Amino acid sequence: MTTYLIEAAYLAASVLFILGLGSLTRPDTARRGMQQAAVGMLLAVVGTLLHHDIVRYDWIIGGLVVGTIIGIPLGLLVPMTAMPQRIAISHLFGALAATLVGVVEYHHDTGLGSAKMAALGFEVLFGALTVTGSFMAFAKLQELLPGRPITYRGQNAVNAVLFAAALGLFAWVIWHPSAGWAFFAIIGLALVIGVLMVLPIGGADMPVVVSLLNSYAGLASAATGFAIGNNLLIIAGALDGASGFLLSILMSKAMNRSFSNVLFGAFGAEVTAGAKSAAGLEVRSITHADAAMQLAYARFVVVVPGYGMAVAQAQHQVRELATLIEHKGGEVRFAIHPVAGRMPGHMNVLLAEAEIPYDKLYDMDEINAEFGRADVALVIGANDVVNPAARNDKASPIYGMPILNVDHAKSVMVLKRGMSPGFAGIENELFYQDKTVMLFGDAKSSLTRLVAEIKSLD
Amino acid sequence: MTPLAIVELYVFILAGFVGFKVITRVPPLLHTPLMSATNAISGISLVGSLVAAGSGQGLWSSVLGAIAVASATINVVGGFIITDRMLKMFRREPGQEKPARPRH
Repeated sequence: MTTYLIEAAYLAASVLFILGLGSLTRPDTARRGMQQAAVGMLLAVVGTLLHHDIVRYDWIIGGLVVGTIIGIPLGLLVPMTAMPQRIAISHLFGALAATLVGVVEYHHDTGLGSAKMAALGFEVLFGALTVTGSFMAFAKLQELLPGRPITYRGQNAVNAVLFAAALGLFAWVIWHPSAGWAFFAIIGLALVIGVLMVLPIGGADMPVVVSLLNSYAGLASAATGFAIGNNLLIIAGALDGASGFLLSILMSKAMNRSFSNVLFGAFGAEVTAGAKSAAGLEVRSITHADAAMQLAYARFVVVVPGYGMAVAQAQHQVRELATLIEHKGGEVRFAIHPVAGRMPGHMNVLLAEAEIPYDKLYDMDEINAEFGRADVALVIGANDVVNPAARNDKASPIYGMPILNVDHAKSVMVLKRGMSPGFAGIENELFYQDKTVMLFGDAKSSLTRLVAEIKSLD
Repeated sequence: MTPLAIVELYVFILAGFVGFKVITRVPPLLHTPLMSATNAISGISLVGSLVAAGSGQGLWSSVLGAIAVASATINVVGGFIITDRMLKMFRREPGQEKPARPRH
């Protein structure tokens, strides 16, 4: 009887999870859908506690209490600007749980069959490499480690050898499930591979890596499901794996790069020869007062936010400026490149936090045709995603990457710290065009001054 | 392969397809909440962790199981809270009853 109850709870949870993810197709249904998914999770947990294999509850309660105490502040207090590292670290927790369950399962199941051993091996291999890989991604995003790629000679060869060794051991334990040394050696190797895999990947490629780790964490959960014969785990893991995989493909596409190029290319490590250099060109800088004048009388302004806006935490000032322009009778839209920021959808969340209605947030495909009628394109801390070289300079390393057509606007205003090149280490010819003006300084203080100047115009 | 393992493989592949179909329709607008949502859902490894921590098969299993329970709980609790916090922020312009344009 209990078994049926548990299975019913699991089935309900599976359905609620799928409905929850389905609700994310529309912002107005999303919240309720995810609350239903949370109910599904509760059902699954309560159902599991009835499981006949569970004979004592002290360790369970301890784990639940500790997890809740850590989980609540991680949910309530982390600022939206820190979302990329917050997501990266949660991949670590998910993968750690899967790996440990694999170890426990291996530990007390003697007489393992090959099929189950394959699931366990896969679980700890992907679990362990996601644990350290996510930690590395977290450390880079939190700037505990330099964001630039860390490379050395023969890096890809070393990684390939280690991965081959791990696969060899994996094959070995499938044939010899009792070979405990091999099982634990897989975990050790996978932990090392996770570190080495993320080392050469730079900050701007993080959206792909974070998505990929999302996928790996899901696959490790699904493998747990295979190992302990639990369909709910298999379903949830497959959903998670599919989602992460799809996002990493979308992100790679948005950079016009293949998966393997992101993972092994160490993009941004050096300035590629052949890219146009800016020697002899001059930029036009502008005062805050002049910039304010131009924005105040613009009829249509397209704002292009980038990672620089997130770093400066300037989203609230952006909203203030937009509201002022609208008061003056102008229209403001926001143009969001798929890889702006450090994770998929990063800019949307920041602007939503600043209470900018989502009707005004436009995807690249929706807004690109509109730049032509924009009086001002206001670029805030974005660089490579607005570089026209992606369209017209075949020698450029970002050639072919889809970009926002900022250069089609009647005038362009760029808020930027200084003239340092963008992440890809290439010059941006947009900055040197006649219709472009530069407003140097920290985005937040520049915007604050712009707002004050516009207010004083009345 | 046992018949049970084959059924599990079916479940995995079909769930993966459903996931792919559903998630393709999520607009870029909500990609960050999508990631935190799948994270919260993948906290379902809690189910396996609970059995590992509570099956009373020696101190090591209990300790590792309890750590797994704690990690998975962090994702479940933190993940659902932060997803809700984010989704709460996505608001339409006041006064507009219908979406201004279709979202794909």
